[in-house]
Amino acid sequence: MADAVPLSVVLVLAVDTATPAVTAGVVDLTPGSPPRLLAERVTVNAKAHGELLTPHVQEALARAGKRLADLDAVVCGSGPGPFTGLRVGLVTAAALGQALNRPVYPVPTPDAIALDARTGKPLLVATDARRREVYWAAYDAAGRRTDGPHVDRPADLAAKLPAVASAAGEGAEIYAEVLGLPVVEARYPSPVSLVAAAAEELLAGARPAALTPLYLRRPDAVEPVGRKRVTKG
Amino acid sequence: MPEVASRAHLEAMVPTMRRALEKADVELSDIHSIAVTAGPGLAGALLVGVSAAKAYAAALDKPLLGVNHLAGHVAADTLEHGPLPKRCLALLVSGGHSQLLLVEGLAERITEIGSTVDDAAGEAYDKVARLLDLPYPGGPPIDKLAKQGNGCAITFPRGLTGPRDAKYDFSFSGLKTAVARWVERQERAGEEIPLADVAASFQEAVADVLTAKAVRACKDLGVDTLVISGGVAANSRLSGLAAERCAEAGIQLRVPRPRLCTDNGAMIAALGAHLVAAGAKPSPLDLSTTPGLPVSTVQVF
Ligand SMILES: [Zn+2]
Repeated sequence: MADAVPLSVVLVLAVDTATPAVTAGVVDLTPGSPPRLLAERVTVNAKAHGELLTPHVQEALARAGKRLADLDAVVCGSGPGPFTGLRVGLVTAAALGQALNRPVYPVPTPDAIALDARTGKPLLVATDARRREVYWAAYDAAGRRTDGPHVDRPADLAAKLPAVASAAGEGAEIYAEVLGLPVVEARYPSPVSLVAAAAEELLAGARPAALTPLYLRRPDAVEPVGRKRVTKG
Repeated sequence: MPEVASRAHLEAMVPTMRRALEKADVELSDIHSIAVTAGPGLAGALLVGVSAAKAYAAALDKPLLGVNHLAGHVAADTLEHGPLPKRCLALLVSGGHSQLLLVEGLAERITEIGSTVDDAAGEAYDKVARLLDLPYPGGPPIDKLAKQGNGCAITFPRGLTGPRDAKYDFSFSGLKTAVARWVERQERAGEEIPLADVAASFQEAVADVLTAKAVRACKDLGVDTLVISGGVAANSRLSGLAAERCAEAGIQLRVPRPRLCTDNGAMIAALGAHLVAAGAKPSPLDLSTTPGLPVSTVQVF
């Protein structure tokens, strides 16, 4: 894992569970060419991340005619996304990386969606954060993130909308009326774009960043209230 | 705090696995199969463990075993005292569980014959500790304080011990309330609170009910071995009273050391190893987590 040797062809597994899509794909990356999808397996079911992700990884590999041991690296969407599902992808990627002794690269999920949208103009990516909120980030014409990710109510986001031409992501579709932006088709992150977002690091054999989920929200936890005092006897 | 726990589980997964392998001086490739708790437990935490276990199983091409956490507590004792007899009774007591189980083979049949109708024993300890301004978790500080007190000083109620009550079920909510009332009454009367006596008398009530019901169940069912496991098993009065009463009744008492009693990975591995030895089939890689998994389901498919 510590080797910083640039690789010529990299076989990458991409996973993401930050949206209702349970996403696994096998992607081939060569310097100078866009990443190439060998096979993918995607199911949209917000409640089945834990059940389906590893089987999807196996099926995508089987369709690509590859085995887990053939992989050079793993790329994982790091959110933001609803907590429970998001963690499935990250812990699966982390365990795969450990067991296979391969690097795991986290990629902010909206960055991949922005690459999927490929509008060539400033873009908003909004995913569904549930509780009537969206996770959002803004991108410039070249696809570089200029703001976010943040979490907001759609109306609050609409009031402070950055200068963008259109919006992508499921959150942009659900709240299209509130946001008042034309929606481009790119609902969930694709394996190819997840890999594209990490392509430079992958090809350089760079040391991966810490595999930390982008939570944005505080945990749903309440600190215990003050204890009752009793006179010491 | 389920959300906080799930976050910690995610961060701890890989380092914990690495440390366990280092301590055991083995490589991941030496592992024969991967056992993981599929339930019961907190949904978010279970999902982190099961997801990781699936990835390890797939990457290593080894069988996955989704197992029952409660059965794991019983299996923990085999690490200390060897194989269990054909039939035994298990008393599981912790912050999350208070159960009496009839174990007729870890891989064959586990039947719950009694459980708490309200709080777990460990929860009662935590609540009483808070009342007495003792730290969390409440078990160890109450146990320590109780040693300086008199367990017969105050007669706190023994829940569900009436002639018409469920023989093997527990109730600790009334006990907790009784302790609170007693303390309030003393305060209102301007009396000092004899903390050590309160702790000792509360602990006596808990240990009395747990051991009396466990020993009675052994006698009723003709079982001659009692296993006590779970975090509260380390409680000195519980194990002391259980030893006394089991000796009187001719029952062999088995209590694993504290590190094996509290939640741990070794107990799940022990159960997994037992299942493998018994010829269990692997669980599928689309295994679900079951937060409310009944103890009768030892392995999940
Ligand atoms: Zn437990």
